Amino acid sequence: MRQYRIRVVLAKLGLDGHDRGIRVVARILRDAGMEVIYTGLWPTPGGVARIALEEDADVIGVSLLSGAHMTLLPKLLEAMKAEGCDDIPLILGGSIPDDDVPQLNRMGVAAVFGPGTPAQEIIQRVTDLAQTRASHEEHTGST
Amino acid sequence: MTSHGTIPTDANRKPAPTGAGDTTISGRRLATAYTAAHLNGLDADRQVGAPGTFPFTRGVHESMYRGRFWTMRQFAGFGSAGQTNQRFHFLLHKGQTGLSVAFDMPTLMGLDSDDPRSAGEVGRLGVAIDSLDDMLDLFEGIDLANVSTSMTINAPAAILMAYYLAVAQEQGVAFEDLRGTIQNDILKEFHAQNEFVFPPVPSVGLVVDVIEYCARYVPQWNPVSISGYHIREAGSTAGQELAYTLADGFHYVQETLKRGLEVDAFAPRLSFFFNAHNEFFEEIAKYRAARRIWARHMRDRYGTKDDRSCKLRFHAQTAGCSLQAQQPQVNLIRVAYQAMAAVLGGCQSLHTNSMDETLALPSEHAATLALRTQQVLAHETGVARSADPLGGSYLVESLTNELEAEAEAIFREIGEVGGMEPAIEAGYFRARIAEASARYQREVDGGERLVVGVNAFVEEHEPPIELHRVEPHVESQQVARLERLRARRDAKQVKQSLDAIGEAARAGNNLMPILLEAAHRRVTVGEAMGAMREVFGAFRARSGW
Repeated sequence: MRQYRIRVVLAKLGLDGHDRGIRVVARILRDAGMEVIYTGLWPTPGGVARIALEEDADVIGVSLLSGAHMTLLPKLLEAMKAEGCDDIPLILGGSIPDDDVPQLNRMGVAAVFGPGTPAQEIIQRVTDLAQTRASHEEHTGST
Repeated sequence: MTSHGTIPTDANRKPAPTGAGDTTISGRRLATAYTAAHLNGLDADRQVGAPGTFPFTRGVHESMYRGRFWTMRQFAGFGSAGQTNQRFHFLLHKGQTGLSVAFDMPTLMGLDSDDPRSAGEVGRLGVAIDSLDDMLDLFEGIDLANVSTSMTINAPAAILMAYYLAVAQEQGVAFEDLRGTIQNDILKEFHAQNEFVFPPVPSVGLVVDVIEYCARYVPQWNPVSISGYHIREAGSTAGQELAYTLADGFHYVQETLKRGLEVDAFAPRLSFFFNAHNEFFEEIAKYRAARRIWARHMRDRYGTKDDRSCKLRFHAQTAGCSLQAQQPQVNLIRVAYQAMAAVLGGCQSLHTNSMDETLALPSEHAATLALRTQQVLAHETGVARSADPLGGSYLVESLTNELEAEAEAIFREIGEVGGMEPAIEAGYFRARIAEASARYQREVDGGERLVVGVNAFVEEHEPPIELHRVEPHVESQQVARLERLRARRDAKQVKQSLDAIGEAARAGNNLMPILLEAAHRRVTVGEAMGAMREVFGAFRARSGW
């Protein structure tokens, strides 16, 4: 287990500006002792991937309430691959119909949090994902 | 739910409440019971008055809903203009009395459907409008002289207003006969909803262009709907919603006065839009306080001589943020109570949310139930028979006084930060709202505040409900349509219009006449916005979390 603070990059993808949820999550994760980098509004998928790489993120969290997740998530995953940071676990929150979750998981989304998810559950999942990745890195010897 | 596993126990979790508690969702402490002593020598004539008389605490009409109920106006829009047009005909057929257009995200942000930034969002959360052709399709078979239309659009509002006026011209309807509202309230976008494009000063200039143009040529139109709704949705308290909205209203009044219009030439057409949230009595008091504050400021600060300038007329919408994804049918009950608060508070029009809105756009079944909620309220409960039925209640009058005092204190605070635009630049509104939103979330996460189906009374297995699905090919159809339009129209005329928009923006002239001409020439939303952006620049906000 790593001794330094878990670093999370949070992003809203697309044009939607409803950022109450992601700003609440940012505070929750910060209050849980994590380091949070919030990209602000309207970043491109490539921009999010670049920030995640440069900030050495342990987890990327995306908020989407616009219904555009099936278009924008594949673009983000592609961009992460192009930047060589597709090993960073990606989590998603917002208005995501249950029916879309299996396909999102197959694409490579590690977790999907719907409306009303308890704060504790998000903190736990982010911590687990960061620790799993860290122990995997130790085994493979990558940085 | 979309996430799995058991809910971990939180060490900070407090024992769940078994009684009502003393604090509203906005953090206001209430007494166990209210008596005459709480009214602090209320001057009933001066502060409360009668319905239809200054300061209009008890409502803007003497007979209130006796002659006519509020307008039942359900927000609708998805996919192409043709699809939304069908939903409009469906809603009118079901007894709805006014139209309300929801635009998609690209249109709201002033982007064309073929802009790369629009990918995945065309026609998804509302209707895609790129040009006058789409607007003509949207109102196909609907006589604009006989319907009142509400359009929820802000940064590109002047362009969409021009499109609507152009449709009226094509239908042969005089501007004087047009009735409706365009939201056109950019200030709350900076505070809360984030659908701004240009910096605050030129953005407000565009709002005022529409107010000024309508005051002169479209006299029955409400050129702005000064909105607290989105401020509340972003997590504010009731008091913040009230104060920020009215402060925005006063700012528009001051900026419009600078155009040389008399206050009574435009103020009667300023309209408002408030949230109808869960905290029943506090919400009712909020509407009553709003009317009283507006009336007093308009008379005492702006010197109106026309009583109509003092009357705060408002649309209400039930609180989207109160809807839960868990046990969605329970949302019907929340919406019904919220709608009743709006009616007891004297709204002029009302949108009731559909139970499935946290998950998707409303299905037809859910949209029908939402409208039926209002019809039951109007025709069966009898709550609309007498104006302001809670006037004189110790509780409601006390809360009205408290909210008024809170709003006045917030106005002073905004002044201390330097006024509206400096306060926006400093991130004042966003920071205050974020604090309130975080407090509420802590209360829910800590189990001090119970939300049925979410942190209490949870069902292990929930049957899925039928959701509305947007057809995926809307985007490609809309892109193809735009391509055909660009090939067909007169490119030279389009160029002339875009140059004229830039010149007018630079000169500080009212843009409406040029935008109307541009509409007929099939200038698209994205092109007109682009021409303005070159002059006005773009704005980035502090995220302030």
